[in-house]
Amino acid sequence: MDPASPVSVPGPDREASSPAIEAIRRGEPVASVVHERVAGEDPILQIQDFSLHYGPTQALHGVSLAIPRRGVTALIGPSGCGKSTLLRSVNRLNDLIDGVRIKGRMLLNGRSIYAPDVDVIDLRKRMGMVFQKSNPFPMSIFENVVYSLRIDGVRNRGVLAEACERALRAAALWDEVKDRLRGSALRLSGGQQQRLCIARAIAADPEVLLMDEPCSALDPAATSRIEELIARISERYTVLIVTHNMQQAARVSRYTAFLYLGRVIEFGPTEDIFQRPTVPETEQYVTGHFG
Amino acid sequence: MVWLTGGGLVVCLGMILGLSALILYQGLATFWPGPVVRIRTIDGGTIMGEATRTERYRPTSDQLAEMDPQEAQRIARDRARRRLIRTGNFELTGVHFTWVDDSQVAPGAEDRPAWALVFERLAWGRFYGLPKAFTIDGQSQAEDPERIWAMFKEYHGPVRQRWRVRRRLERRDIGRINHRLERARLAVRRAELDSGEDSSQAESAREREHEVQRRARAEAERIRARIDELDAENARYAIVVETADGREQSLALGDIVRAYPPNRLSTAQRLGVYLSRWWEFLRDDPREANSEGGVFPAIFGTVVMTLLMSLAVVPFGVLAALYLREYAKAGLVVTIVRIAINNLAGVPSIVFGVFGLGFFCYIIGGTIDSVFFKASLPSPTFGAGGVLWASLTLALLTLPVVIVATEEALAAVPGSMRQGSFACGATRWQTIHRIVLPRAMPGIMTGLILAMARGAGEVAPLMLVGAVKLAPELPVDGVVPFVHLQRSFMHLGFHIFDLGFQSQNSEAAKPMVFTTTLLLITIIVLLNLAAIAVRARLKRRLGTAQF
Repeated sequence: MDPASPVSVPGPDREASSPAIEAIRRGEPVASVVHERVAGEDPILQIQDFSLHYGPTQALHGVSLAIPRRGVTALIGPSGCGKSTLLRSVNRLNDLIDGVRIKGRMLLNGRSIYAPDVDVIDLRKRMGMVFQKSNPFPMSIFENVVYSLRIDGVRNRGVLAEACERALRAAALWDEVKDRLRGSALRLSGGQQQRLCIARAIAADPEVLLMDEPCSALDPAATSRIEELIARISERYTVLIVTHNMQQAARVSRYTAFLYLGRVIEFGPTEDIFQRPTVPETEQYVTGHFG
Repeated sequence: MVWLTGGGLVVCLGMILGLSALILYQGLATFWPGPVVRIRTIDGGTIMGEATRTERYRPTSDQLAEMDPQEAQRIARDRARRRLIRTGNFELTGVHFTWVDDSQVAPGAEDRPAWALVFERLAWGRFYGLPKAFTIDGQSQAEDPERIWAMFKEYHGPVRQRWRVRRRLERRDIGRINHRLERARLAVRRAELDSGEDSSQAESAREREHEVQRRARAEAERIRARIDELDAENARYAIVVETADGREQSLALGDIVRAYPPNRLSTAQRLGVYLSRWWEFLRDDPREANSEGGVFPAIFGTVVMTLLMSLAVVPFGVLAALYLREYAKAGLVVTIVRIAINNLAGVPSIVFGVFGLGFFCYIIGGTIDSVFFKASLPSPTFGAGGVLWASLTLALLTLPVVIVATEEALAAVPGSMRQGSFACGATRWQTIHRIVLPRAMPGIMTGLILAMARGAGEVAPLMLVGAVKLAPELPVDGVVPFVHLQRSFMHLGFHIFDLGFQSQNSEAAKPMVFTTTLLLITIIVLLNLAAIAVRARLKRRLGTAQF
């Protein structure tokens, strides 16, 4: 949790300067503000009027976003605003939860993700995901990295070894583990494990890399290494990162979307969001005056 | 509070250690060669044998009236003592054991004759006597005890060796001939059933049978001739002993398994007898209706059955637990199934035996017989108890244990690992067999350990589905197809029951009960230790701290 932005629901004296929150309170739909500079980019992922219910509770209300190809897009917002839910909807991990209902569309390269004839396994193979707490498998480092290739049926040792080295180099972990690839992945330190998970996520060359608060469990040194990593790989991949840490969002991302209570409030280039936000709630959040 | 919980633990430990100590002490003491005493009773008889048990008791008033008044006084203060003497010599006296009360002993008439000999025999139990002569072909070769004993030691070894060769000829070689005859007979039956009694196939099968019978007869005669030769050679040697009541008996060396002069042995020599008896216990077949000899077939049968049971229960249990935990949607049906499985664990084990007999033996076994083994009918092959049905019955018994342990192990796999696997694009089955199952393996091994411990000790169901008092053959031997799943087998638990309740010579069998119990516990502990070692290695490899 970022100590600079304590979470709190806005009190009654803020209502006057929070028309969006007012509208949400009254149950009205809120129009999200999308800056022009991002609207013109070539989108890899188009989210159109996407809503999601966990049983009776609605977590996402008509979210519309066009995530540009390549570069880092950050999703920021207070706890419970639906950032992680949105992220998990992109690779349909929410399908695994009972009682989830969705409405609306998501398009990856123009093809709908939630169409009935979509092969979910295939879809997930085209995306990589890194979780908040690193989750290496109880296998060797090598097996962890090449897991996606193995389940795809790749058996050629040469291909696997080459992919493993490439991914570990990209994740800035190669030099530290190249002599113990057969050792257990569980023996690595926290930061190393998270970099391993990133290597695992990019080993199969995904189209989109989804990162759910990847640094929140790490110390500042490890965090800065991972941020460097993200900056480097974003030249090749599209990275969608959820983060609580606004300084991190400001450092690594090119575009930022601010979400609140399941709705997109504002979406635009990062400098604009942080320095010249249009919506008052955005400004309150990024300056740490939320609530 | 800490006293209460600590006290509870101490009570439990005390019970376990007490039980173990009792079994250890009684079990280990059985084979120790004790001294032989000779007692002259006040009514003039002589008793010689090993003292096995001592009892202190209060005599009835009638018995007190018969006694010497001074004795009666002493007994009133301190209870009467009587000893159970193993007198052996069953064919002469009709009893194996005799109670001797202290008051019956003539004063000063108890001693330990230096040359008293104990004989363990192939039949008729033990014999106690003093050496009188050593004869070869009926001619006495030695008359003084030293010389007799030296000659005995010289000739007994080769006699035993010849006996073992003879037994092997009888068992293995004649056994093979019998197998061939049986196969030929079955071939005739099969031909008759398939093509009719008058068909050409039946005729040619009968011809072949006659040929086999002719050759078998010739070979059997040769083997019998050899056996007779060996027997004749062994019959030349005998030792003449005098029993406590003065009778002389000639004991053929071929009938004697072991003999020793207990009152002349040093401790090291006693230890030698002790260890040789243990070796015999573990390696030999039983004699004397299971009250003497070894329990090797029972050990073998127990281990084979436990292994087969584990092979049966683990796949089914793990698959069932996988379905319940990974694939089934939570709801009424799954809850009912879980309740049913847990209740299965509470069913009395004899009920499983009855079910195994009815379903496995009669229905399934009967069907297999009528389809594959028609030629052997009416003698059942799979239609009666055997090691296969016994293993499956016990697998059913221990199934709930494995399912519950596996479910817990599967539930302990962190959801984050599963999510990570799905996020990489794995199917549910790939996630299960690459991530979940390996991670849950230590817990599954725990289930296996518990199942083996429970199954190896159950006797009640086995009595109905395949364990027998004396099995003619082992379930695994050198005859094709090597593993004979239809054969009945011996089992240590059943052996203990048989010894304890169905022996004719129950006093001799009692110490064996303890020894066999000790052995059974040791085997189960060893099996469990092996499984624990495997589990520890898995845990180290996976780096988990659970289970």
